[in-house]
Amino acid sequence: MDKAEIDREFSELYRAHLRDVYSYSYYRVGNHHDAEDLTEQTFLQAYRHFERAVEESNGRPLRPWLIRIAHNLAANLYRDRARRPQTPIEDNTTLSAVHTTEDLSRAGTSSRGSWTGSRSFPDDRREALIMRFALGMDNREIARAMGRSDGATKVLIHRAIKQLEEIVNVRQAGRR
Amino acid sequence: MSDHAAPDNFEDIIRRALAPVEPPEDLPARLETTLRSLTELAADELEGWELSSMRDPRNWVRPVAAVAIGTAAGAGLIVLGWRRQHRRQRNVRAAAVEVRRLVRR
Repeated sequence: MDKAEIDREFSELYRAHLRDVYSYSYYRVGNHHDAEDLTEQTFLQAYRHFERAVEESNGRPLRPWLIRIAHNLAANLYRDRARRPQTPIEDNTTLSAVHTTEDLSRAGTSSRGSWTGSRSFPDDRREALIMRFALGMDNREIARAMGRSDGATKVLIHRAIKQLEEIVNVRQAGRR
Repeated sequence: MSDHAAPDNFEDIIRRALAPVEPPEDLPARLETTLRSLTELAADELEGWELSSMRDPRNWVRPVAAVAIGTAAGAGLIVLGWRRQHRRQRNVRAAAVEVRRLVRR
């Protein structure tokens, strides 16, 4: 593949999956500021290794590969920040998704509880749900992105949905 | 988030909570400019691009528009069915907010 062809194909990949990478990044890091950086870094990394990835993909979609890059970069980000804490945990509960005064009130009064709850929801389950619901990936794509078998991925998603439903039901029951 | 949908199963609530997020309008142009300039660089020159350039997190609160509230005089005339439906919609919306918080960092 010559350079012009690489650039053209990468440009197509970028246009097709910018929203996917951004959505994944946003739900992983929880704010637009870092999501932008993570998205940019993901495509820069992808460009570096694009030619090899195309060769090794055997024609399969490259979206799982892109998401895996974003996953690794996000993990690096959290690792770096864990080494040098910057903000109190309480401040880490962003309210960017709140849309109504009612939601705002609810978020304000339960932010600490939400943080505790989200910590008890395992990262792999969280990621699987983001890929399934925010990106619309099927089991096979998610399996490739997470480096798991199709069967293990199916079980992971099933358990993630069940656990999330239980947590939400308990919290909603507690509010009534 | 629309109040009209009343999902019957939890997967619909998750789908609603984790809707795809559109990148900011200026991101594609900025990224394309960066990528275009990078095509001129040798691969080893890219090593300098590390996550360390990530900026510090900032917590921010999106300004939330106040919701106009109707007059209290008509409240007593609201039928029970409407109340039930409204409560259900509110619960679905609350569940979606909760799901988003739990899944998002």
